[in-house]
Amino acid sequence: MPAPAERYLEVQNSEEFAELRHKLRRFIFPTTIAFIVWYALYVLLSAYARDFMSIKLIGNINVALVFGVLQFVSTFAIAWVYSRYAAKELDPRADRVYDELENGSAAAGSAPAADGGAR
Amino acid sequence: MESLLAAEASTSTSRTLTITLFLVFVAITLGITVWASRQTKTATDFYAGGRQFSGFQNGMAIGGDYMSAASFLGIAGLIALYGYDGFLYSIGFLVAWLIALLLVAELLRNSGRYTMADVLAFRMRQRPVRTAASVSTIVVSIFYLIAQMVGAGALVSLLLGIKPDTTFLGMDADTAKVATIILVGALMIIYVTVGGMKGTTYVQIVKAFMLMGGALIMVIMVLAHYKFNLSSLLGDAAARSGKGDAFLEPGLRYGIESDSASATFYSKMDLLSLGLALVLGTAGLPHILTRFYTVPTSRIARKSVLWAIGIIGTFYLFTLALGFGAAALVGGANITAQDKAGNTAAPQLAQALGIDYLGGETGGAIMLAVIAAVAFATILAVVAGLTLASSSSLAHDFYANVIKRGNASERDEVRVARFSALIIGAVAIALSIFAQSLNVAFLVALAFAVAASANLPAILYSLFWRRFNTSGALWSIYGGLGSAVLLVFFSPVVSGSATAMFPDSDWQWFPLSNPGIISIPLGFLFGWIGTIISKETDVEKYAELEVRSLTGHGAH
Repeated sequence: MPAPAERYLEVQNSEEFAELRHKLRRFIFPTTIAFIVWYALYVLLSAYARDFMSIKLIGNINVALVFGVLQFVSTFAIAWVYSRYAAKELDPRADRVYDELENGSAAAGSAPAADGGAR
Repeated sequence: MESLLAAEASTSTSRTLTITLFLVFVAITLGITVWASRQTKTATDFYAGGRQFSGFQNGMAIGGDYMSAASFLGIAGLIALYGYDGFLYSIGFLVAWLIALLLVAELLRNSGRYTMADVLAFRMRQRPVRTAASVSTIVVSIFYLIAQMVGAGALVSLLLGIKPDTTFLGMDADTAKVATIILVGALMIIYVTVGGMKGTTYVQIVKAFMLMGGALIMVIMVLAHYKFNLSSLLGDAAARSGKGDAFLEPGLRYGIESDSASATFYSKMDLLSLGLALVLGTAGLPHILTRFYTVPTSRIARKSVLWAIGIIGTFYLFTLALGFGAAALVGGANITAQDKAGNTAAPQLAQALGIDYLGGETGGAIMLAVIAAVAFATILAVVAGLTLASSSSLAHDFYANVIKRGNASERDEVRVARFSALIIGAVAIALSIFAQSLNVAFLVALAFAVAASANLPAILYSLFWRRFNTSGALWSIYGGLGSAVLLVFFSPVVSGSATAMFPDSDWQWFPLSNPGIISIPLGFLFGWIGTIISKETDVEKYAELEVRSLTGHGAH
């Protein structure tokens, strides 16, 4: 049930929500930059470092192929790490803010503290 | 002579079987569609499948929406003909899902309702932003739709073995192409108008299972042929490609090195540009974004993206084996003899494997038929998803919120959505018939470039930038859309080269085929400029959007 606008503003300014936002952004922004740089490195090497990419490692398997497969591995790994991180760090915090929005209307000002006690 | 006769007989067996299998798929999916239509009562049912799908189901459906004929036949063909460079496509298409997972899926699910514009217009003036979002949704979807339908038309004569001088049911190859486009279009209109999101989602799920199953069987056969020794598969592929070790290295298709320094430079820039559009386009594709609304919560949306990453990643690893397998077991010369673009590599590989493992010509015919039917099912499922996304946007954004200013009844809205699907389907059929000579891969790349330039900047700014406003949203959508389309219009793909749409004219000045490297930064830049030149900013609505998107409070 949509809360009145002031409630959203209040919650947005609460410490609890600031922490949720901080935890979310601290994970997703650096990770996004990291995997885009990692992918860009792969594309750049494919374009400009052909000699390096064509070094054979085992039989006919060369650096280019291993690098490509590593992009798959890193994608799977980041997805897995994020799901763990979200379950541990984000979901419980989001739930607390959610409950606060649902129930804590009267004690709005002191809601973080009140909820903190119930943790 | 004898082998010719045998080939003739196997073409006919395979053709009958392909059509039978395809009809079975159509019958099953139509059955599901009718069943789904009985469960479709509200607008939420029609647009979002009642938000009742599980993470696994939606993950499969995302795979079904995403693994198009371009990725199945196109990438396998690229790898079969150009070796390593085809793999570049798969990697971009997969890594792209991290953007959807980390930045978009959950926040969009929490704050939107039916369409991409729900989130873009959340804290903006509704009518202009929804109009813009609707325009870019339809442009992206139509490019993508035409690509799929033209692909279907091009494939039918190859998959059914209709040669230039022969006929099938009284149709020559050209008539059969048009007939296929119309048939595919008619079926997709039925799926969408009758079954809505629920029917379409089940079609995607069935298709995803078929595609993964068909690909898995072929991969096992290819690997078994080489006693699970990857190196000898690669060695054979390189040897039979006639290109030697270069086949296993980047550079045969993209970033080609030539004597001209400027040609080499532009070719490499084109590679970077393509790579950028592939990675940033996915999270701006409207038919993918609407999939996140079909699950009950943002956490299940997250789970469905995780499943999708697993399924799509596995599938692209399969296409790697299929592509190299086709190069090794069919051979580049045999593939280009069938289709210059290599789109028939996977079906031809299926035939070769069937001949080897399932007892001669009949086995080959069976395998060819199975994979051909899978390919048609693939196309059908993707076009249904695209039609649904664009008709939803037309009905929910344009009709209900722009024309009726949010006062349309739910029943009217759904009625308009069904009617829009009919119109969009008809337009797509007509355009596809005229666009038959266009290169399919180019159309898909263009759809990705527009999605990355017009939609992604607006979505990210909306979700993460407090200051973002109506003017910024309009600038980023129209600016990104306009620059992507204009740059393509002035690129060598449209004029001024032998392979262009208009090879005899020349108004080309933009040197790259892929506009992404310029148009995506422009989309972000326009969004920023548009925002700072306008004083408008709605602090309260942003608080609501941010709190709701992070917590799921008040989610639909």
